Amino acid sequence: MSASATQAKPNPNGAGAAAVLAAGIGSLAVAVLSILADKAGSIKSLMNFYKPTGPLSGVTSCAILIWLAAWIVLHFRWRTRQIPSRFNTAALMLLFLGLLLTFPPIADLF
Amino acid sequence: MEISVRGLWTMIHGMGFGALYLMACSGALVELRRRYGSPQGPEIKEADEKFLRVYLTVMAVLAWLTVLTGAYVIYPWYRAVPPPGTANLASFPQRLLMSRPSTAAWHSIGMEWKEHIAWLVPISITMAAAVFSRYRRSLRVHAELCAAVLGFVWISLLAAGVAGLFGAMLDKNAPVNGGPTITLVRGEQK
Repeated sequence: MSASATQAKPNPNGAGAAAVLAAGIGSLAVAVLSILADKAGSIKSLMNFYKPTGPLSGVTSCAILIWLAAWIVLHFRWRTRQIPSRFNTAALMLLFLGLLLTFPPIADLF
Repeated sequence: MEISVRGLWTMIHGMGFGALYLMACSGALVELRRRYGSPQGPEIKEADEKFLRVYLTVMAVLAWLTVLTGAYVIYPWYRAVPPPGTANLASFPQRLLMSRPSTAAWHSIGMEWKEHIAWLVPISITMAAAVFSRYRRSLRVHAELCAAVLGFVWISLLAAGVAGLFGAMLDKNAPVNGGPTITLVRGEQK
């Protein structure tokens, strides 16, 4: 198939939008879980999956699971659909929020 | 010329995987923007497309290797707790930094930020590699999707830069050292 033919009938953007939004969710999950583990002693000890690494091991493992679960669910719901671009914007906002919330002086506000 | 095993791992993590990711990231941004950023971009050859697919996949592997060696090999050495009464904290970088007001923020801001922000990198670049592998040249007609992927790759560059900068500064102030020593070259004594 030529390049022009590929461009004339593009795949629906659903699978891509699912991957993008899931990455935004995963990024925010890293920040939110790290704040929770920092503020609540019970969550901190719950997140201690691997003792030498401490709560970071649980925070990041859980965030990765959330990211992958969101990706799988969204992929199967959206893969054949055309998804509005506002979901991509939402994903970038989640990522940016995740970025801000990992910065300790901001995380310490909670 | 000697290096400790811990020092070698720190070098592999930072100057190997991490620095290579940072260099590769700028190349990926240029290629994605130049070739896929607009429907009227330059012609895309099959070989170029395959190359970029492999390139992004290798970047994702590098990003995962960086965070996994950081969190599971080096970080345990960094946060090791000294036995009570230990006077020399050189082998306990976190405690060494926290023992002086002039260096404590390298841990409380630097390491605390680095250890979390770094994980945004593999998530972002794995997504970018997956989306590119699925859409390839048709990414050009999904302008909003391409823009979002580019946004994530930009943030991954920023996040990797922050992690790399603080990694270098932390290692300057309290290097992760110790373990067996590897002799690289034996010099002559003068």
